[in-house]
Amino acid sequence: MEIVKESDTHKKLQDYFRKSREKAGASRKTFLTKILGNNNLGDIFFERLTLLFAVLVFLLIIFMGWEMYSHSILSIRKFGWGFITSTTWDPYSQVFGALPMIYGTLVSSFLGLIIAVPLGIGVAIFLAELAPSWLEKPLSFLTELLAGIPSVIYGLWGIFVLVPWLRDTVEPFLQNEFPNSFLFQGAPYGFGMLAAAIILSIMVLPIISSISRDILKSVPNSQREAAYALGATKWEVTKIILSYAKSGLLGAVILGLGRAIGETMAVTMVIGNRPQISTSLLDPGYTMASLIANEFTEAASELYLNSLIELALVLFVITIIINIFARLLVWSTERKWKLSPI
Amino acid sequence: MEIKSNIKKFSFYRRKTANVIMLSLSLLAALVTLAPLIFIFYYTISKGIAHLNVDFFTKLPTPVGEPGGGMVNGIVGTLILVAIGGGIGIPVGIFTGTYLSEFGHNKFGAVVRFLTDVLSGVPSIVVGVVAYTLVVVPMKHFSALAGGVALAILMIPTITRTTEEMIKLVPQSFREAGLALGIPKWKITLMVVLKTAWKGIATGILLGLSRAAGETAPLLFTALDNRFWSTNIFQPIASLTVYIYTYASAPYKDWNDQAWTAALVLIILISLLSLIFRIITRSKYKTTN
Repeated sequence: MEIVKESDTHKKLQDYFRKSREKAGASRKTFLTKILGNNNLGDIFFERLTLLFAVLVFLLIIFMGWEMYSHSILSIRKFGWGFITSTTWDPYSQVFGALPMIYGTLVSSFLGLIIAVPLGIGVAIFLAELAPSWLEKPLSFLTELLAGIPSVIYGLWGIFVLVPWLRDTVEPFLQNEFPNSFLFQGAPYGFGMLAAAIILSIMVLPIISSISRDILKSVPNSQREAAYALGATKWEVTKIILSYAKSGLLGAVILGLGRAIGETMAVTMVIGNRPQISTSLLDPGYTMASLIANEFTEAASELYLNSLIELALVLFVITIIINIFARLLVWSTERKWKLSPI
Repeated sequence: MEIKSNIKKFSFYRRKTANVIMLSLSLLAALVTLAPLIFIFYYTISKGIAHLNVDFFTKLPTPVGEPGGGMVNGIVGTLILVAIGGGIGIPVGIFTGTYLSEFGHNKFGAVVRFLTDVLSGVPSIVVGVVAYTLVVVPMKHFSALAGGVALAILMIPTITRTTEEMIKLVPQSFREAGLALGIPKWKITLMVVLKTAWKGIATGILLGLSRAAGETAPLLFTALDNRFWSTNIFQPIASLTVYIYTYASAPYKDWNDQAWTAALVLIILISLLSLIFRIITRSKYKTTN
């Protein structure tokens, strides 16, 4: 560019840029440039396109809630809060109360977690703190394989292997050992809360263990080194790491809970499917997800169908709340260590 | 007194013992976790292989009481359902993931990222109910399309998150090199960044597809079931997983046996899917190198 006088500089530069823009063909005032601004059209278009899909995913979750709400309006209007506090689920007299299902869902999930949490965190400790790296990779792969088995195959295994074993061996044994316990009353069918809890614990184990492992690994090594330098044993070091990671581990457990609450097929196949509230672990129960799975295609009346969709809505809201809470815990823990200078 | 008890509490042998006990417990936990995996594979293979024959892959299911028959419609049905789900879910997932990693460094991006994580926690049966209200209610009948939509929704979070993570791994210098050559950003993203990250993205897609192939709950009242041969996506369609469910719950011995075979075939199918994908992505990767 030629040297210009001070007073002309601004104008000449403007001219120069305008000409070069025209050369590039970008200053044509097409309809699109008016909307998109004077930029590279391809880039703008591409960004907007990907943005469109992101908005789609954003709207999807809101849309899902709205869609279920609008299709369950009949039962929401008719039963109100009674829907989740009433214990009667009777399609013949058109009365729908979901409390037995909510009870079954929560109890089977909590029982599953009681088994899965110590195991899952134990595995995570083993993978993150103890296992040599040649063992860690294949073991992680195997636990993730466990997560990849379709839930219906767990159910199949539950029906033909787990349930007969519980019926013939475990449940008679429990009843002999604890004859007066309220936990082990009733006939040992095999199908029931206990079978559901065991299946659920197997299914949520991989989730709890893999997320916990990632969290333990995100704790900076300087923490371990400091503890070792003070003469701590490996277990004492692990205790320190666990206490640092506890909110993240809680998040992992709650994510497992979310999975257990929504689990359908395997539970449906072993829980016995009877809408009742019983304190005995050997009695059949019902969960929200299994009820939907079993009765959806049989719903003959509008109100019946609406009630089932409302049940799905309740399940949706519960799992969303659980997930938001758990993700926040996991995120905040992982981020805390990423950002910290040590 | 207090010091003495503390000395006892922190005695060397006591700490050593606690160490050994707790570490062995964690090893035990790892072994106990692997036990069900071994059990399930053992039973599926040993029980499933008994009825695994050519008929299973070539014949339609027989009525109750009539032995033999196969589940060719279920196998094809599962493939069709997964294809529909992938056809919808893969583009949505890849574009959203691209947005999140390339343009999503703002509040909206953080919200979308968070919501995809939350979406992955939504139970599959709930997704099935949504697909029912979304597709089955307006069409007034069950269809493979409805099942595919449900599977697509289930796939989106997995594919989105893997795409984002994989694109993040592409070195910044690749993008800068492209920009220095005057290539517009969209071309860099599509032809450099996505191509480099393709292998990882394919793993995410594969994960999504194989999860979808194993889904049952969202198909029960969307794709329903079909005892006959059908490839029409606007009609109910059979699937292996729904067959496993109905055959396992039925009181007939030969149906139960076939459920095990179907489970074995499903696992083989999922493994094959992963094998084929791996071969495809390997050759793709070589050409770009």
